[in-house]
Amino acid sequence: MNVEFLLPEARQNDDDVEMIDVSDKFVTPGETISVDAQYMRFGINDITISLCKDFKHYSLSRSHGTFSDEKDGIIKSSLAGRVEIVNKLISVRTVHSRYNAEIGDLIVGRITEVAQKRWKVDINSRQDAVLLLSSINLPGGVMRRKTEEDELQMRKFFSDGDILAAEVSGTFQDGAASIQTRSHKYGKLRNGSFVSVPPSLVQRCKTHFHVLSCGVDVVLGLNGYIWVCKHTPSLQDVDSETIYSHKNEPISDATRESIARVCNCITSLARKFKIINDSSITLAYEESFETQHID
Amino acid sequence: MSRKELLNPAGLRVDGRRATDIRRISCKPSVLSQADGSAYIEQGNTKCLAAVYGPREPRQKSAILHNRANISVGVSFAPFATSERKKWSKSDKRLLEIASFVKQTFEPVIQTTSFPRSQIDIFLQILQFDGGTIQICINATTMALVDAGIPMNDYVCACTAGVIQNVPILDLNLIEESSDSPEVTVAILADSEKVTLLQSESRLDVDSFQAVAQLAKIGCKEIRNVMDAALRKNIKDLFGKMEAKIKTDQSADFRLGLNLSRRLENFKAGPIIRSAVNGVRYTHIAILSGHQNLGGK
Repeated sequence: MNVEFLLPEARQNDDDVEMIDVSDKFVTPGETISVDAQYMRFGINDITISLCKDFKHYSLSRSHGTFSDEKDGIIKSSLAGRVEIVNKLISVRTVHSRYNAEIGDLIVGRITEVAQKRWKVDINSRQDAVLLLSSINLPGGVMRRKTEEDELQMRKFFSDGDILAAEVSGTFQDGAASIQTRSHKYGKLRNGSFVSVPPSLVQRCKTHFHVLSCGVDVVLGLNGYIWVCKHTPSLQDVDSETIYSHKNEPISDATRESIARVCNCITSLARKFKIINDSSITLAYEESFETQHID
Repeated sequence: MSRKELLNPAGLRVDGRRATDIRRISCKPSVLSQADGSAYIEQGNTKCLAAVYGPREPRQKSAILHNRANISVGVSFAPFATSERKKWSKSDKRLLEIASFVKQTFEPVIQTTSFPRSQIDIFLQILQFDGGTIQICINATTMALVDAGIPMNDYVCACTAGVIQNVPILDLNLIEESSDSPEVTVAILADSEKVTLLQSESRLDVDSFQAVAQLAKIGCKEIRNVMDAALRKNIKDLFGKMEAKIKTDQSADFRLGLNLSRRLENFKAGPIIRSAVNGVRYTHIAILSGHQNLGGK
């Protein structure tokens, strides 16, 4: 009987395929990112779309900047931006694209239309977001049920042009966002001024409501809309009628100046394309006093 | 017909170019602060400004397409664009024609299915006109779309070519265009060389068509390289600016680098403060913004 034994031998090296590091590379439309079949890309209609919810810190457009040629599997860029790779997932990140709503984001929006049981809200995205009557806190207690009367007086809660802070609660199939204000933190914004900046400058962080040392509140919407207003103590115990008030409280001249200065600082930061957060605003605010003040 | 000699015996054209030279191109993306994407491009003496807004909520309900984005294009000529001052009507047939050419060219290239029920607005303005309207409109639109971060399969580049005295010539200017010589505008996808637009209003000999189209294609590629370099530089600059901040967040460098002093030189407290709260929301922005410089002007 013959028994064959194999002695251990060095494993054949299969790594002859050259690994090219494509991350952090700048690409433009039509450029091949990778011919390597190991990489995946975000699809619009396939299951990988559900993966993208796990990568919240990437503000990417819906198609994530990549497309694949018919059958050869070559991944090409459809945007001008920088390649980012998470494990095997390739995406291209740009700086100028519009806001892409993701669940849980805090946004600042402006009511554009009052419709049947819903408001349309401009959130600097590819479509207006939808705020359902059922996803706001009605005055007179959190537990109050909505009635037909509420439907008839929707303009009393939010009317055209009102600015509000809200949270993205979901997206519809066509990509429109659904938002809600069912928390005392959210709701109508007043006593302040509005600033718009590119959405890529506002990064996700723990809180987007900031109280600056100069006595001014800043709401940094992830969609690039920012609200700067007079500091108000916690809204928790506020009378339910004042939540939807559209009248400004009396604001002192000093506060008005601070608000205007913070707004100008944010605009200056955006022009310089600097990331906007509470510390950068504070720095800019302090710096602005170095400059001459003309009355 | 012009009595001018369009191609002299030395093989030089009226503006001193050789037959296969394109005009000097200079371009700059991100020139407007309010638009999502914008670009300014000069090809010789033809100058065009493009602004792209969107994808955004359609202004009219009728413009909603349920499976893809609607593209709308508006073309206008500045009154001072031509040698004779002229007010151009919005419904000028020529302008509408150019707009529809641009729209048709870009519809298959932009990934419109990613943005159902939304609209992409493209506004083009010719600031100075010296031939090649369609080509410059297409080139400016490509740059503005890329700047706006709208996904496209490839660069679209356009170039004109024609025949003068049986010699194929590239990138015609106004004098050459207004002579009787035949002219073809070709728009291709730079990478795959697929043709998205082929337009001609004059008779062209079949035998010379091949050479003319080939020449236009070479011109397109040259234009692509110029645009690509400009866009690449711009995107690198923007990322650089954004990330420089993260590293030096709290440092003195940042404070100095911010250079607010120049911005706030004209900071007038009075009108700004009043506007801040009393409903006029944009006054303070208007004071600090305004258009950035265009292409080295």
